[in-house]
Amino acid sequence: MTDRKTPLLDELEKGPWPSFVTEIKRAGKKSAKAEDLLGQLEKSFEDKTGYWKHGGIVGVRGYGGGVIGRYSQKGEEFPNVAEFHTVRVNQPAGWFYTSDTLRKICDIWEKHGSGLTNLHGSTGDLILLGTDTSKLQPCFDDLSDAGFDLGGSGGGLRTPSCCVGPARCEYACIDTLDVTHEITMAFQDYIHRPMWPYKFKIKVSGCGNDCVAAIARADFTIIGTWRDAIRIDDAAVKAYVDSGMDISKMVVQKCPTSALEWDATNGKLTLCAEDCVRCMHCINVMPKALRPGVEKGASILVGGKAPVVQGAMLSWVIVPFMKLEPPYEDLKDLITRITEWWDEHGKSRERLGELIYRKGMRYFLRDMGLEPTPQMVMAPRTNPYWFWWPEEVNKG
Amino acid sequence: MARTDIGPPHYQEMLPPVIKENYGKWQYHEILRPGVLKHVSENGVVVFTVRAASPRLVSVDFIRDVADLADKFCGGFLRFTSRHNVEFLLTDEHQVEPLITALAAKGLPVGGTGNSVSNMIHTQGWVHCHTPATDASGIVKAVMDELYEHFVEMKLPAKLRLALACCINMCGAVHCSDIAICGIHRVPPTIDHELFAKVSETPSVVAACPTYAIKPNPKTKSITINEEKCMYCGNCYTMSPAVNIMNPANDGVAIFVGGKVSNSRKPPMFSKLAIPYLPNNPPRWPEVTEAVKNIVHVWATNARPGERVGEWIERVGWERFFKLTGIPFTDKHIDDFTLAPTTFRSTTNFKY
Repeated sequence: MTDRKTPLLDELEKGPWPSFVTEIKRAGKKSAKAEDLLGQLEKSFEDKTGYWKHGGIVGVRGYGGGVIGRYSQKGEEFPNVAEFHTVRVNQPAGWFYTSDTLRKICDIWEKHGSGLTNLHGSTGDLILLGTDTSKLQPCFDDLSDAGFDLGGSGGGLRTPSCCVGPARCEYACIDTLDVTHEITMAFQDYIHRPMWPYKFKIKVSGCGNDCVAAIARADFTIIGTWRDAIRIDDAAVKAYVDSGMDISKMVVQKCPTSALEWDATNGKLTLCAEDCVRCMHCINVMPKALRPGVEKGASILVGGKAPVVQGAMLSWVIVPFMKLEPPYEDLKDLITRITEWWDEHGKSRERLGELIYRKGMRYFLRDMGLEPTPQMVMAPRTNPYWFWWPEEVNKG
Repeated sequence: MARTDIGPPHYQEMLPPVIKENYGKWQYHEILRPGVLKHVSENGVVVFTVRAASPRLVSVDFIRDVADLADKFCGGFLRFTSRHNVEFLLTDEHQVEPLITALAAKGLPVGGTGNSVSNMIHTQGWVHCHTPATDASGIVKAVMDELYEHFVEMKLPAKLRLALACCINMCGAVHCSDIAICGIHRVPPTIDHELFAKVSETPSVVAACPTYAIKPNPKTKSITINEEKCMYCGNCYTMSPAVNIMNPANDGVAIFVGGKVSNSRKPPMFSKLAIPYLPNNPPRWPEVTEAVKNIVHVWATNARPGERVGEWIERVGWERFFKLTGIPFTDKHIDDFTLAPTTFRSTTNFKY
């Protein structure tokens, strides 16, 4: 521990929200790396800029990803963060842990790194922040002995992640944890040896509430849904109404497709299942009374991404309904075909959504063997600029 | 030598007995109080969840602290949420209050359920990223201090999901958040031509530009940037360390509003630009916290029950949003990227 002064960061130890500065200081009591991080961060706060260089190529034997190289621009001033690499550790599906498992990680990271972590990174990995090149392999060896493996980075499959799913949520229409674990295990090579045009993300949400933002972030989006009708418990509906809930205002009027009717005289809620788009609103408001149907599966969407390069996209439907049961062969097969197609046609730093946008959905659907369906579009095209395949016209 | 490709630990090894036994059998839940959920299974089994805040950037001693609490109250099991909160799952309702007290003693508030603000999704910022236009953890701490009451209470019209990205790479679903804070640069990058020739792959840098502002320059074995076309995204900087986009005098943050990922009621929506620039003013970014508080306040005051920020804006109209919040509408708000015409108002229906 040095007597370093950090007046700007100290300001962020005040206030009711838990402070990351306090956490860096805690780690700094045991780690010179964390202590120098505090120093460099104070300098960033003074100068209003970051002081990390571009990542270098560092890693562990046999892998091309999982470690992000990070070097300080201010290595002379803060020698202990001259090298400050990140190790991405693949989290157990659903982010469940035993306390002993977490303690093992803590011991390993205290031994080999700064003692600073993110629980968790945006993609879902357990992030270990800050170690030297020479410590990477020993750290990975210990993590492996403890039953852990690295997550993804670079142009490959990023660590898949999922919501809490059937572990503790009655809305889950698919086993998000099992699907995620099975995909993760099936595509280990693509996680650890990045060889694609750019990153590829798979996220699994158990219902349309989409608690892991799969539709916004994942190139391949799996969202649980059902095909039959919402189950209604009339007595429980009545209990909500009797307890003072304005069912007309809060449920019926908010149904996006006017699929619900409330008969106040008889205290009966009826659903026109054909009109229901399974948006989850009514179930969210009355979880004791309404449940998803029983014919459950997933909608598969592709193309979601943040802005870089050609602008943000939300994933769009390519398979309206797919049964998802172990060993998920149809799903794995679809992922394999899609990533191979993207790998073959994609340009450097072109995400799947951008490639489909560039080439046209018709090529994607044809090559994937998917039949066009109205569920894939918000509306048909309005322009007359479409193409015919050669075999569809008479070339006489 | 480590074993490779073993994958993560199997999730089943990490599940508490009550979860294993009722896996897939949950019937309904209720929110007992902010941060405390009660789930009931078809077997009649009940599990209580206590959700606590976390600064996300934590020391191993923090993790040991929460592990100890898990040992004491939850049989040695715990989990984390997609928004960086820590969740403790209890079978004994009488342990809920003692756990909340123990968490409070560690400075960890309980909340983030129902119509509240949950923890902010955010990126690394100056702590660990090489392309940040702003810090991440610092602004998040400053904003959450100000919105604290909305984490520990559930008095908002609907849930409120905030996110911060330290550059327009937008790691995390910043582009679909109720309120999103995004680091931005405002001037074109400078190029170290000598270094560029040594360390860069020209075609990759040229291809990285969304607006085709970059051309190869064979004479210098470097590139030239058409500054009129550059909108400072920093993508070229990601491809080459010889291109420097960082500019402390001009870097800052923009605020986007009205996004969501849930399909509930209205389909998922992108966040849209509210404030094109606020300065980096560490350590507490007062301009940013004031702007966020203002938007939250105006939304909370004007929205109908159940309306997310984006749903409220769609109902009242963007013209009313800017009037009610007092945020100036500028030429920056009018899109000029690839899908711009779809955002122009092709109707005479509008408000004043």
